[in-house]
Amino acid sequence: MPSAVMPTSGRGAAGGPAPAAISAVGLRKSFGDKVVLDGIDLRIPAGSVFALLGPNGAGKTTVVKILSTLITADGGEARVGGHDLATQAQSVRAAIGVTGQFSAVDGLITGEENMLLMADLNHLSKAEGQRVAAELLERFDLVEAAKKPASTYSGGMKRRLDIAMTLVGGPRIIFLDEPTTGLDPRSRHNMWRIIRQLVTGGTTVFLTTQYLEEADELADRIAVLNGGRIVAEGSADELKRLVPGGHVRLRFTDPAAYRAATDALADAARDDEALTLQIPNDGTQRELRAVLDRLDAAGIEADELTVHTPDLDDVFFALTGSTAVPAQADQSKETVR
Amino acid sequence: MSTLSLAVRDSTTMLRRNLLHARRYPSLTLNLLLTPVMLLLLFVYIFGDTMSAGMGAGADRDAYVAYLVPGLILMTIGSTTIGTAVSVSNDMSEGVIARFRTMAIHRGSVLIGHVIGSVLQSVLSVVFVGVVAVAIGFRSTDATALEWLAAFGLLVLFATALTWIAVGMGLISPNAEAASNNALPLIFLPLISSTFVPIDAMPGWFQPIAEYQPFTPAIETLRGLLLGTEIGHNGWLALVWCLALTVLGYFWSKSVFDRDPR
Repeated sequence: MPSAVMPTSGRGAAGGPAPAAISAVGLRKSFGDKVVLDGIDLRIPAGSVFALLGPNGAGKTTVVKILSTLITADGGEARVGGHDLATQAQSVRAAIGVTGQFSAVDGLITGEENMLLMADLNHLSKAEGQRVAAELLERFDLVEAAKKPASTYSGGMKRRLDIAMTLVGGPRIIFLDEPTTGLDPRSRHNMWRIIRQLVTGGTTVFLTTQYLEEADELADRIAVLNGGRIVAEGSADELKRLVPGGHVRLRFTDPAAYRAATDALADAARDDEALTLQIPNDGTQRELRAVLDRLDAAGIEADELTVHTPDLDDVFFALTGSTAVPAQADQSKETVR
Repeated sequence: MSTLSLAVRDSTTMLRRNLLHARRYPSLTLNLLLTPVMLLLLFVYIFGDTMSAGMGAGADRDAYVAYLVPGLILMTIGSTTIGTAVSVSNDMSEGVIARFRTMAIHRGSVLIGHVIGSVLQSVLSVVFVGVVAVAIGFRSTDATALEWLAAFGLLVLFATALTWIAVGMGLISPNAEAASNNALPLIFLPLISSTFVPIDAMPGWFQPIAEYQPFTPAIETLRGLLLGTEIGHNGWLALVWCLALTVLGYFWSKSVFDRDPR
């Protein structure tokens, strides 16, 4: 659906843009003859949360690896924290913190030892290091587990320790590569709370996720990455405007009732297999009443009526043209009656 | 912070991390110690009479212990460095290494920490095997303090050289099994050196291989220092091998580590 693609450059920011924490032009990367990134442009204002959203294999992790100096790009330019990625990698490293997709803790030593290791590598004094380590262990609810080897931690604890380690050096820019993948719902919400707290301190957060809900919850701006290109970028609301509006869905169990309804509601989109009808509707009380009035007037009794407002799922499917179902279904967006 | 003080500080931190690993999980180091100790006991108590009979007139089992120990001490170092290759390979598969790569630390400190830690482990292992050797009758023949010091220096140099090679082997190995296979020459080479039998006792075509491989010159030098045998050209040959392997291992490891991680 190329018509839905928003231009990714020259957007907004008329009234004096915030300085960019991360900017990139034309990033390219191939592994062998497989093109993973095919020209990525980014501009992320300082102090904002940016989400890179995409299905598995879209190249999200590769973007993070390049911007965090772990691997080098084949082409393009990028500046992170005001430093050129290619020529000032060490300055970039001093400005960033990275929590990768796979736990970057040392499993053989304890949580506390991991924290003190980070303090040493950030060249904090011994007293300062112990203070920061204790503070972060407390903040991330790891005090009880602090003396146990990190390999014995649960997934959620490991992730918390991982982020705590990232924060030891007080980075201005934080990369979080799929920070909640594999976490249970409680741990995920916990992680969201943590990420929101990071931003209040003025930190820039670059986040990748395959969860649309997560991008919606956390990010100021979202870019959708598909097949090595950014196919859309904007706020969650802007992206949602890219897809057709909401609808009311009527589901029938009786084929006869279904046929009667299709005759009465000629403007509805039909799904004869599932015996459902979709009527365009923005979900407001007024429009909803209008639909109900029409149904009553035609004497139609649906077995189920759901109101569906457009969410990022729709955007995601529309833009990536993918049949891959994102890893979570977000029931909260649908109001079941 | 200057580059040098950054290097020293970060390498010290990494060394502390590696020593913590070794202290917390000593089984790998202890397992690797078994090989030289078992071989020592096997060749002294089971094969000892036959071996000493082959050494010529008047040689008894004590003479063979004296002959055997220097080689086994160097074999201990080879064996310890197999552990280095395995732990480097294990370490590289850990996510925490990726974290280190994205931090503003001295880049080589990860490897230097491994090397220093491993050399210290080698020294400890050598002390352990040395104590066993003394317990079963090994005595040095009036080695001076200077000769002891030189022997110690040789062992440290030799351990450093093999460790850098082992680090490179660990870096190119995708997993621990591959690392331990790739590092096999480090335990295999002492078997075809002058550890167990003199070079003269080997087939003629094989003698040059046994004589000039890295272990034999080091073994002969150590024998000379501890037992007063002739060192000859083995002294500088051992030194050249140590320096060459160190330089080779260092640049090899560095270039592999500086590549984009797999």
